[in-house]
Amino acid sequence: MATREYRTARQIIGPLLMVEGVEGITYGELTDIKLEDGSIRRGRVLEVSGDKAVVQVFEGTSNMDPGTLTVKFLGKPQEIGVSEDMLGRVFDGGGRPIDGGPNIIPEKWVNINGNPMNPYARDFPNEFIQTGVSTIDLLNTLVRGQKLPIFSASGLPHSRLAAQVARQATTLKSGEKFCVVFAAMGITFEEAEFFQADFRRTGAIERAVLFINLADDPPIERIAIPRIALTTAEFLAYEKDMHVLVILTDLTNYCEALREISAARKEVPGRRGYPGYLYTDLSTIYERAGRIKGRTGSVTQIPVLTMPEDDKTHPIPDLTGYITEGQIILSRAIHGQGIYPPVDVLPSLSRLKNKGIGEGRTREDHANVMNQLYAAYARGKNAKELAVVLGESALSEIDLLYVRFADAFEDRFIRQGEEENRTIFESLELGWQLLAMLPRTELKRIREEYIDKYLPKQETTA
Amino acid sequence: MTNEQRGEVVKVSGPLVQARGLAGVRMYEMVRVGDARLFGEVIEIRGEVVSIQVYEETEGIGPGQPVFRTGQPLSVELGPGLIRSIYDGVQRPLDKLVEQCGAFILRGAEAPALDRSVEWDFVPVAKTGDNVVAGDVLGTVKESVIVVHKIMVPPDIPEATVKKIAPVKGNVDTVVAVLETAQGTREVRMAQSWPVRMPRPVKSKMPPQVPLVTGQRVIDMFFPLTKGGTACVPGPFGSGKTVVQHQLAKWSDVDIVVYVGCGERGNEMTDVLMEFPHLKDPKTGQPLMERTVLVANTSNMPVAAREASVFTGITIAEYFRDMGYSVALMADSTSRWAEAMREMSGRLEEMPGEEGYPAYMGSRIAAFYERSGYVKCLGSDDREGTLSLIGAVSPAGGDFSDPVTQATLRVVKVFWGLDANLAYSRHFPAINWLTSYSLYQQTVDSYCNAHLHADWEKNRKRAMALLQREAELEELVRLVGLDALGAGDRMTLQVARTIREDFLHQNAFDDLDTYTSLPKQFALLKLILHYEDEARAALDAGVQLNALLNLPELEKIAGAHLIPENEIDRIDAIREEITKAVAALPRY
Ligand SMILES: Nc1ncnc2c1ncn2[C@@H]1O[C@H](COP(=O)(O)OP(=O)(O)OP(=O)(O)O)[C@@H](O)[C@H]1O
Ligand SMILES: [Mg+2]
Repeated sequence: MATREYRTARQIIGPLLMVEGVEGITYGELTDIKLEDGSIRRGRVLEVSGDKAVVQVFEGTSNMDPGTLTVKFLGKPQEIGVSEDMLGRVFDGGGRPIDGGPNIIPEKWVNINGNPMNPYARDFPNEFIQTGVSTIDLLNTLVRGQKLPIFSASGLPHSRLAAQVARQATTLKSGEKFCVVFAAMGITFEEAEFFQADFRRTGAIERAVLFINLADDPPIERIAIPRIALTTAEFLAYEKDMHVLVILTDLTNYCEALREISAARKEVPGRRGYPGYLYTDLSTIYERAGRIKGRTGSVTQIPVLTMPEDDKTHPIPDLTGYITEGQIILSRAIHGQGIYPPVDVLPSLSRLKNKGIGEGRTREDHANVMNQLYAAYARGKNAKELAVVLGESALSEIDLLYVRFADAFEDRFIRQGEEENRTIFESLELGWQLLAMLPRTELKRIREEYIDKYLPKQETTA
Repeated sequence: MTNEQRGEVVKVSGPLVQARGLAGVRMYEMVRVGDARLFGEVIEIRGEVVSIQVYEETEGIGPGQPVFRTGQPLSVELGPGLIRSIYDGVQRPLDKLVEQCGAFILRGAEAPALDRSVEWDFVPVAKTGDNVVAGDVLGTVKESVIVVHKIMVPPDIPEATVKKIAPVKGNVDTVVAVLETAQGTREVRMAQSWPVRMPRPVKSKMPPQVPLVTGQRVIDMFFPLTKGGTACVPGPFGSGKTVVQHQLAKWSDVDIVVYVGCGERGNEMTDVLMEFPHLKDPKTGQPLMERTVLVANTSNMPVAAREASVFTGITIAEYFRDMGYSVALMADSTSRWAEAMREMSGRLEEMPGEEGYPAYMGSRIAAFYERSGYVKCLGSDDREGTLSLIGAVSPAGGDFSDPVTQATLRVVKVFWGLDANLAYSRHFPAINWLTSYSLYQQTVDSYCNAHLHADWEKNRKRAMALLQREAELEELVRLVGLDALGAGDRMTLQVARTIREDFLHQNAFDDLDTYTSLPKQFALLKLILHYEDEARAALDAGVQLNALLNLPELEKIAGAHLIPENEIDRIDAIREEITKAVAALPRY
């Protein structure tokens, strides 16, 4: 396809530029837009109709005067040059280095939109990842190739949790290559700095690739960032045999950028003004997690999003939950109790946990302990609610025991230090210690043989 | 088309392409778009301008590029080789695409739906000189260890005389019979094709009569489905729609399963692909894959092909029904299908209805479910087939007032409403027993009363009444506390809890729990009700409530669902033990 230049930009609507009198332009191709002062912004063709093209400008349209622009159509889709040398480096939302280091010499150029993975080629995610966080490892187990988002809300410590997971994630096997691809979309300078400092402090930066788009960077760049990050991740996973953990934060900002474009195009909105294709669009990000039969590497995703108004039914968490394989939900109430990480255990879920736990993967009693802890905590919480209405005196003796269990569970099991890296076996031990607070007959979800083997022997005086 | 007629692209907007210069093109005709010759389907004709939904990513397509007519509507190939296949939404074989272009689906990849390198043995049933009508079985092909594939007279040949037929071995293009029709001779090949948007004809439809046994206790006992019936499973994310669909695909007592993964996760299809070959069909003892066809158009695959996937699946399902089989089709999720419609409609700039869905969404959903049924198939042997449809629905925000859920509820007969709170408390399947319903209940009750046990209906009703009473009592407890309840009500709570925890709750991932036959279901429920009878009698006789609530034998009831199918007698034995244990309690 030939490169063509036009000086016929006629209209600017929000982040969109309308160019007229074009010829031979194709859907999705990349453009360079030259401003009067010689600076260049990038764009992508969102629609072509006859001799008119609608171009989405990544760096935003501020300061643009349509009359003075030169729009060059590059005849190719948006690509990123990938290389193993990207490890240890920091880039902006367009994939340009911002750490003062040299430019990357790409090993190859890849279309950032990727291609859908053939379901037949997928290998099922079933390898346990130890994050060192009890509420994840024991109750909502993460496995390689999974997409497990953190549903947070403003003011909650999701960044600290994400950083902790990035720092501690490992498997029980040895001799494997790990790395982290981190993409920040519209987060604050302070948050971005927190991640970078954390990566540097722990040396994790050596095995990390960072893409940063800050809150005051152009919103439209946020559309491309996760795709750039995932293209890099796929390259490292499937061509360099690495196990890649991709952290995307904050997807809410991404969705808002998408809404902005949709509004500028005057599309019929779906719920809350978000475009009707938000589900499909998000899936082209989340579904890029996975494993491929016959390849060593894997792409695991931990997207972070903040739920507007703490509302799980808001379209962003809602549609995310419909695509991802579970969710870790943070709770303001638990945060209010001063517990870190404030994981709301009951509505959190890892759908793939069953495949990654048990004998040979973690430990034989894992599933049973998980179910029992979960059930006991749920019962304790229920009893607590009842006590709020009717007073503790209304509770039966056994329910009172469950209340105490729930308190201890929050205090000792959910709560852990930001630097505290618990092995799965430590988490299991902790679980058993807590279960020992209950009469043995209450442990209905655990097989007798495991109770005999693992339940702490001495009577606990609660 | 003789000489290829070409038009020209004028507009590209995502999966929607508009073209000119295609005079004479028909609605739903397949076209090839652009230099890359991508597959597309005509979805609107407005004067000169034809709108096309394109089944592949349209990057690189632009005005001026050519569009070619094919003269054919979007069709599927039907013949031996369907079983065990995994297709995308427009019937491209995904396993072949991996061989061709690797782990990622590249644009323009193409492969025939039915593998031409496989040879099948055709065994004639009809003889030369026979007079046949549409639907008559000409012969059979053993397609898998379970499935005998019937090669039928195509529906568009009302009647004919068999001119030539003989045993033959060959691929699906092989001519197996020559028919003399009023319009001249017609060759019948092993494979035929059928346009997906047109229901395959049947002789007549009848109201469904027989339960479709799923092995899922809450479903079979309380909200049963029939062979030929329709059901929907709406629920918020993570409430268990896919697990219910997978369970039905695994354990339904049908001959053929067509599973359509429509706009959902890739890993879920992988799960099926990896698991089904190792699971045994309870009916035949053979691997489940031997009766299964998969259609997988995951969420990240092109959205127009997602729209088509449901039609591709149902046409394949109808084809097996026409052979006289019982077929079940699961579509996960019909909401993603509706969203695909919405997306195309939005790009066509149609007037939106509720929440941006096109005004025709409701009628499309209705038309889809109408393709189910218990039917007399075409053909002179009066064989009967059934096609049951089970659609998952993913309402926005988990709110059942969503337009897709409402449109679905207007047409389906069974509603399994999944409840987020049940899922949070890990009560699975999270089917809410207070809001769900089955309009086949009477049919199934009479069937089960006659075929399983005369008390089927009685016990079911009694158990359901207990569950409903429990809900009322719980309201009361929230206000006044448990202590305010009398012993009778406390017992009701106890029995209802036992029904919930030991009967309704069913772990799909436990080898012993995942499937329960109807006789075992009956025995389990009877056991719980027996405990109630004994306990209430004992209460009246002065036994203390607490002794009954804490009866150690209750643990045996709790474990009864894990008793293997071939040891159902043990459940009856527990009943005896309960009687003895209760009798032994002190009376005051
Ligand atoms: N019958 C069951 N037994 C045990 N666990 C279950 C059962 N049903 C559901 N679950 C649990 O619930 C999880 C979510 O179920 P599932 O994937 O079917 O949800 P879904 O409704 O399809 O969600 P989505 O709309 O996001 O696809 C499963 O991964 C499993 O952990
Ligand atoms: Mg699902």
